[in-house]
Amino acid sequence: MSLAGTIKKGYVRPLDLKHGRVDMGHGAGGRAMAQLISELFAAAFANEHLDRGDDAAVLPAPAPGERLVVATDAHVVSPLFFPGGDIGCLSVHGTINDLAVMGARPLYLAASFILEEGFPLANLARIVQSMAHASREAGVPVVTGDTKVVEQGKGDGAFITTTGVGALPHGRDIGGANARAGDAILVSGTLGDHGMAIMAQRESLAFDSEIASDTAALHGLVAAMLDAVPAIRVLRDPTRGGLATTLNEIATQSSVGMELDEAAIPVQPQVAAACELLGLDPLYVANEGKLIAICAQEDAERLLAAMRAHPLGERAAHIGTVTADPNAFVQIRTSFGGRRMVDWLSGEQLPRIC
Amino acid sequence: MKYVDEFRDGTLARKLADAIAREADPARNYAFMEFCGGHTHAISRYGVTDLLPANVRMIHGPGCPVCVLPIGRIDMAIRLALSHPDVTICTYGDCLRVPASDGLSLLKAKARGADIRMVYSAADALALAQKMPEREVVFFAIGFETTTPPTALVLSQAQALGLANFSVLCNHVLTPSAILTILESPEVRELGTVPLDGFIGPAHVSTIIGSRPYAFFAEEYRKPVVIAGFEPLDVMQAIRMLIRQVNDGRAEVENEFTRAVSEEGNLKAQGLVSEVFELRRSFEWRGLREVPYSALKIRAPFAAWDAEAKFGLEFVSVPDNRACECGAILRGVKTPIDCKLFGTVCTPENPMGSCMVSSEGACAAHYNYGRFRDIPVVAGTAS
Repeated sequence: MSLAGTIKKGYVRPLDLKHGRVDMGHGAGGRAMAQLISELFAAAFANEHLDRGDDAAVLPAPAPGERLVVATDAHVVSPLFFPGGDIGCLSVHGTINDLAVMGARPLYLAASFILEEGFPLANLARIVQSMAHASREAGVPVVTGDTKVVEQGKGDGAFITTTGVGALPHGRDIGGANARAGDAILVSGTLGDHGMAIMAQRESLAFDSEIASDTAALHGLVAAMLDAVPAIRVLRDPTRGGLATTLNEIATQSSVGMELDEAAIPVQPQVAAACELLGLDPLYVANEGKLIAICAQEDAERLLAAMRAHPLGERAAHIGTVTADPNAFVQIRTSFGGRRMVDWLSGEQLPRIC
Repeated sequence: MKYVDEFRDGTLARKLADAIAREADPARNYAFMEFCGGHTHAISRYGVTDLLPANVRMIHGPGCPVCVLPIGRIDMAIRLALSHPDVTICTYGDCLRVPASDGLSLLKAKARGADIRMVYSAADALALAQKMPEREVVFFAIGFETTTPPTALVLSQAQALGLANFSVLCNHVLTPSAILTILESPEVRELGTVPLDGFIGPAHVSTIIGSRPYAFFAEEYRKPVVIAGFEPLDVMQAIRMLIRQVNDGRAEVENEFTRAVSEEGNLKAQGLVSEVFELRRSFEWRGLREVPYSALKIRAPFAAWDAEAKFGLEFVSVPDNRACECGAILRGVKTPIDCKLFGTVCTPENPMGSCMVSSEGACAAHYNYGRFRDIPVVAGTAS
């Protein structure tokens, strides 16, 4: 991303952001591309690093003793706009959250756009504005980027890849392999909101109460949690595959089992109802603004209180316990009084037919 | 969720479990087959087995339309989609992963370029055909009596609209024929290797066909049938009603699911189905082999919308993997862990047999929800 310079613009017709469409020229490296970058991307993301217009951003080193953390995430969501958000803010939040759940302080983002020929510039502008807003709100600037255009039919409107850089304070060790038998398992709020918002939109399902995506940047919540309990063992955001898949990942990494209490797991009634209708299990549905925390049992109450005191953790809950189990099985005590496994998701979760 | 949570209440479940334990005669064993995959799913998902006494055993039956769909029928759809680039196959999500010949499935055929799409209803497939007049849209229809009326409806709508680019590849099968096949199987009748004291009858199927078609089994074969809903409390209540019948020496059709099922069923739906479909002389079921008069085909006046006639599709029977025990499992002769392939070669990610494919299949249900029971319990918290 470049060319936000100070040269006087003579004889240049501004981009038609209302009616224009992405064409192959916007990715060809010439004047059209320069114009798209300067009038849309650079204008929206403006900051001292990006404004230099160089091929890469030169960034100051983190504080002494801190380590660098890098995460990258590709976003291919369909539809691009959904209740509660769009691909733009999602691409910012997703990468910030990947850094945050390592206990890192997110510093910078890089963004790469793959656009499909024919994509309305108005939609692109909407996405970029949403990204810019999300990044400013989170205090994590987009400092470099790239744009490519693919022929019509070879993309799905817009794909966005974001890469994030963060700083990890010395001595902090949060990771999927740290869970220990006896630890408490907490979630920051209701599950399945994002996935059902997307699915309801995709399948044109109308519900009395709208289901909105929970997309949000979680680094503020994580900071508050670490203030309360610096020795948090595991943090993870349960995105695709939902809570169930994420807990299975952690169980495998840590070689432990888990036992959940179904009655304690928060799910909004409209999400539960939509899942019921489609034959889906909310435990496997994606989230974009929730996290799972595992800590020593004696820290659980303090951590839960810290989570609940933050706006993004108001409905946080203690949902289970880590167990000693070499099979790494995640089990659940059903509200009905039985017990079952909560296994890895096999392929995609598909609706049942009868 | 009103009308749902009431049927999943843990306190009520424990009361019902106590009642079942009191009424089950400790001196005998009870073996009941839940015919429907929906019941199998509910039993596994809510851990109903944990609430039953040890002498009450549930046998998983063949009532999952995906499980009983033979490989050859899916091959027909895959061949059609791969050989006709102008064809779009639409089907329910459950069908997409069923393994077919040559290591393919509908999902894998899609990755090879076939236009295969998941729909939630037959009506979605019809709407797609209207939206894409330049393509041939084929609805791959499967299911028991529950999903048959919607297929009949789209066929009659396609005829009324004169919609030339829509057709149905019909694989609808009939519940009573499958139950009859199990009751007539040597394992139940002659060998006695499958003790069957009664059936939990299908929920959704019965909303269409009513409770009457089961009277024959109760009377002729002296097997009690209790039609039950798919919620876990429905299943437990049905088990209690079956135990009572067995204890009393009765063999009747009882209806636990009175909130949706009547004796005669949905007559309008039945009328529509018989207008559009007729019985097939014979149909291959996975696990049960050829079963006479057990499936439906599209009647002659609707031949223009019958994909088999329209594209000249031929069914070729394909044998299952020889080590796969799906057939015996579907008949209740074996359980998933009796199969050498279970959990090793055959997993939900790489299903060899049909019971592992559908989330309602006996093997998938046991693998996903219950396999911890096969392994000595080592769990325990260190706190």
